[in-house]
Amino acid sequence: MREADEARHAAERVARDSYGRLVAYLSARTRDLAGAEDALGEAFATALRIWPIEGVPQNPDAWLLTVARRRQTDQLRRRGTQRAGEPTLMLLADETAEGGDDGDIPDRRLGLMFACAHPAIERGLRAPLILQTLLGFNAIDIAAAFLIPPATMGQRLVRAKTRLRDAGIPFAIPPRAEMAERLEAVLDAVYAIYGKGWSEWEEDGKESMAGEAIWLGQLLARLLPDAPEALGLVALMGFAEARRPARRTADGAYVPLEAQDVALWNDSLIRQANDALRQANGVGLSGRYQLEAAIQSAHVHRRLTGNDTWPAITALYAHLVRLTGSPVAQLNHAAALAHTEGAEAALAAIAPLSDDRRMQSYQPYWATLGHLHAEAGHRAEAHEALTVAMGLATDPAVRAYLQQKRRALPAD
Amino acid sequence: MHYMLMLYAREAEGLKIPPEQMARVMEDMGAYQAALEKADAFVMTAPLDRTRNARTLRPRGGEIKVAQGADGPAFSNEGGELQVVSGPYADTLEQLGGFFIIEAADMDEAVAWARQCPAAQWGSIEIRAMKPGF
Repeated sequence: MREADEARHAAERVARDSYGRLVAYLSARTRDLAGAEDALGEAFATALRIWPIEGVPQNPDAWLLTVARRRQTDQLRRRGTQRAGEPTLMLLADETAEGGDDGDIPDRRLGLMFACAHPAIERGLRAPLILQTLLGFNAIDIAAAFLIPPATMGQRLVRAKTRLRDAGIPFAIPPRAEMAERLEAVLDAVYAIYGKGWSEWEEDGKESMAGEAIWLGQLLARLLPDAPEALGLVALMGFAEARRPARRTADGAYVPLEAQDVALWNDSLIRQANDALRQANGVGLSGRYQLEAAIQSAHVHRRLTGNDTWPAITALYAHLVRLTGSPVAQLNHAAALAHTEGAEAALAAIAPLSDDRRMQSYQPYWATLGHLHAEAGHRAEAHEALTVAMGLATDPAVRAYLQQKRRALPAD
Repeated sequence: MHYMLMLYAREAEGLKIPPEQMARVMEDMGAYQAALEKADAFVMTAPLDRTRNARTLRPRGGEIKVAQGADGPAFSNEGGELQVVSGPYADTLEQLGGFFIIEAADMDEAVAWARQCPAAQWGSIEIRAMKPGF
């Protein structure tokens, strides 16, 4: 009984620590993710059967890899008819070249991440694909996070994997010329995973999704030490995570940044985030994530020291607008301007966005517009914008906060 | 494409909510409608009267015949009668209490809108694509 538990425990630990590494390694040549997942799944099942009897092997990773490779070779043999020998020989040649099963498994996760975030893969599927292949999340959990029926999510993931296999997409780090753009797609997918864990506050399991995204970001930063944007993303997620305990009161009410109790912030996460940001700045040029992390760092600094960092924040957002041209950056720049030049100036800066179709159903646009109009004393406009912001809120705590804010508007 | 969001909830629980609290809930629903309007996604909405006041027409007995006419099949119930019964079509745990008709590009977008509906916090929402008229 105890040994069975131990075997199960060992398998689970390996699953968590090495799942992505093993999938990445097994699929690197074949580009067959579904096959790699099947092979690994069978290897895990075999392990749970054998380890309780024979004991947990010295190097569980290598053991699983050997069994999974054998399964994979069987798959290839079964599938192929005329060219069956070729991939099998290729696999065997790779094994020999890499010196067999001494447990030193080359880390191919980076290549797999770049494949999952390849331009040929639909943007909305990149994060789900990374969740499944690198972290071993099942389609049911992924579907719940992305509000898609599990069967539909399952089909989309299967199609995406088929595409990866058949379109000849390399499971590799892209050449230098493509690097910047391709890395951005990987970082965006990781940040999307973090976003799922960030906004879905109360539901079970979502917090762990934020944790997994941070872990992926750290992995990227470690594997790509020359990429300041990976470090920037780690810092950005770190600052957000550090404030998580202060985002809600004990009874679940929403607390905006300016009202948060800084004693509840996680100091060590803030320190780590600042370190990552400093390291990123040391490597080089500022990209989107580095800038956003710098902005968060300035917010944290203001709340902790009382120093006015709004001029710096406004300047950083202006830079971000120039860099990305994104309407979200424009919106945030305008919101920061309210603190340096007043609400009317901010409203003037935000005005061009009213023609932007994307902003019409973007909740933060209406919330910001509502706050600015309230501050400028435009009651009717504030009421309308806060109403729309309420209507677009998915979080009941945010909706209640806006309702309260709307009720607090002075009477006509 | 138009989609119908059918809002299901426990009617008996809803009836217990005091009017002043209900007014807040209605404010949330009004805000949701305002958001749909701003995004050009709103078509129409209505809360429905309680199920006790509903009437359901049911063909009883007889046999449903399909005659192949020149213009296609014609259905008729032969030998049966049409009964009017009080109450909803089906006794369910949650009852249909209202609906929104929205404009959305596809089912995923319709689901995203449904998720923002305050009613998603207290009941189920069935989402159905509306086909072009009969």
